[in-house]
Amino acid sequence: MSKGVLVDITKCIGCGSCTVACKMWNKLEYDQNVSSIGETAKLNDKNWTVVTRTSAQDSKGQAVWRFAKQQCMHCLEPACASACFSRALQRNADGAVEYYPDLCVGCRYCMIACPFDVPKYEWSKAAPLITKCQLCSTRVAKGEAPACVAVCPTGVMKFGDRQELLQEAHQLIRREDLYLKTVYGEKEVGGTCWLYISDIPFDQLGFKSGLGSVALPSYTHSFLKNVPIIALGWGVLLTGMSFYARRRNELAKARQERLAGKNGEGDADADDFDEEA
Amino acid sequence: MQTTSMKRLELFGWKFTITPARKILTIIAALSIGAMAIRLITGFSLLTNLNDDWPWGLWIAFDVLTGVALAGGGYSTALIVHILHRDKYHPVARGALLTSLLGYILVMAGLFLDIGQWFNFWRPFVSWGHASVLFEVFWCISIYTTIQVLEFGEIVTEKIGLRLHRFFKKILPVLMIIGVVFPTLHQSSLGALFLIAVHKVYPLWWTEYLPVFFLMSSFFIGPAMVCVESALAGKFFGHKVSLNVLTGLARISGRMMVLYLGLKIYDLIERGQWQLAFLGNLEGNMFLLEMIAGVALPIGIVFSRYGKTRKGLLVYGVLTSGGVILNRMNTVFTSMVSYSSGAYFPSIWEFIVSIGLIAIGCLLYSFIVENFNIFDHHPSQPKDENTKNLSA
Repeated sequence: MSKGVLVDITKCIGCGSCTVACKMWNKLEYDQNVSSIGETAKLNDKNWTVVTRTSAQDSKGQAVWRFAKQQCMHCLEPACASACFSRALQRNADGAVEYYPDLCVGCRYCMIACPFDVPKYEWSKAAPLITKCQLCSTRVAKGEAPACVAVCPTGVMKFGDRQELLQEAHQLIRREDLYLKTVYGEKEVGGTCWLYISDIPFDQLGFKSGLGSVALPSYTHSFLKNVPIIALGWGVLLTGMSFYARRRNELAKARQERLAGKNGEGDADADDFDEEA
Repeated sequence: MQTTSMKRLELFGWKFTITPARKILTIIAALSIGAMAIRLITGFSLLTNLNDDWPWGLWIAFDVLTGVALAGGGYSTALIVHILHRDKYHPVARGALLTSLLGYILVMAGLFLDIGQWFNFWRPFVSWGHASVLFEVFWCISIYTTIQVLEFGEIVTEKIGLRLHRFFKKILPVLMIIGVVFPTLHQSSLGALFLIAVHKVYPLWWTEYLPVFFLMSSFFIGPAMVCVESALAGKFFGHKVSLNVLTGLARISGRMMVLYLGLKIYDLIERGQWQLAFLGNLEGNMFLLEMIAGVALPIGIVFSRYGKTRKGLLVYGVLTSGGVILNRMNTVFTSMVSYSSGAYFPSIWEFIVSIGLIAIGCLLYSFIVENFNIFDHHPSQPKDENTKNLSA
């Protein structure tokens, strides 16, 4: 069963404890140049999770701040894992999309594939690797919540079974008028382990909109599934064409020679005659 | 004319002529090799402008995507000459194979430079990420380069390792068939790489037909490259391909281009995106430039009386090749501009490495042409006549 995290954006006060916990658990450096909280916060190789701040208007028209935690969404059908040609990204049974640096070639196709732009690269290193949130998979394996969830002082995040969290989210947004009637992550690109509910439209908070509900690996699959048949069929066809064309050329040549032979027959006879004489 | 500045090196029977142009190429090649070494030792940040918003830059767009397309002349010529047995086109076959082989070696060099864990390049051979299009591209390009080296073995063993020549001649028909199947697969797969980036690639270029378009364009660029190449080879090596052959090839290519243009238009209309081409924005204009100058115009040339002149065919060749290069660039760069928040323009060193790879290719080409029998190969003629042609 897939685990998940439900984030209630209305409860977040933007303290950034989760970003600190992430750095401590994953032994990440502090980035002097790129902040992990605030308006300019950005994911990178040292910031596996950030909390962005947005000025918005709530349903009553009042100016408010909203904070959105970003990290890997842990897709149910991850585009990055399907794009990785050396299996350096794999989704485990808990739902965490894990990274195996030993297998990584450093091609960055996962960065192209990810619809949330989550995988980042160690650009400053001599032999760079990909970096991203891995849902603290060793903690999850022991039944503990990810570090960021565990430290949250205002209970923004809830860790649990994804299916149950989804039900809970739907109950909440049905019960409370406050919430928008949508759960971000329920259907996006086939569904993600991280689920969000909010009172401010998600696209205003910097969430990618218009992603659709089709899992991205299916685009690749619909192409790749034809490849073996095409390869085989094409090979057979080419072999056939090759034999046909060669035979046709041979026949054409033979016909030409026969024509030439007819004209030259007299000469050949004459030669024979000469020999006998 | 040039003999005063030309010097011929000879060592153990290997010849290499030194001309001013080759001196310049050597300097560029040396500079780029230095840059490559620094890149492999220090990483990306010192020499390139790549960043998290633009993980794929000039090296992928030009060295790899465009390089493979330009090398498409190898398989399309092999298909025409060795499988369809259009013997008329035999004189261009070896030149096309050589260009293609060198192209693929340079593509592999470009790929190797672009991967961060370059010492780990062999991983996908043992750790199979078979759900990835890149996995297929990787295997196909590796196998096809090997096949081309073997195909080239037939030419090499005319000069060295003569005992193996019969063996290579025997396996050649099988190699040719495998050598058409694999390029067909990975030429289309290079387009399919971008299928998964459905939200990032601008809709003028993102279509489920991407693999088909990449395949078709890699086929019709072949004859175009042969036209450009024979114009150059005619100038520098005195090797003239008959006009009849070039016109015939260009017409085969032209028919494919008509099909390509038709399918492009149909696809845009079917997806309801055709109006994007006429918005007057960067994407729309680049798309129109690609389709008009790179496809429609060369079609016009090929099927008019200019298609029977050397000048016309050279223009067709340059426009078509340029159009395909632009298409690959558009797919990687232009189509991502509106999605990506950051900015990217290749650094001077990225350009030097890309140009350096081409320089290395040109030098290798010149060396091989001088030392092996590439141009004056007519299978029906006895061997001594070939050598006579060469010495003439």
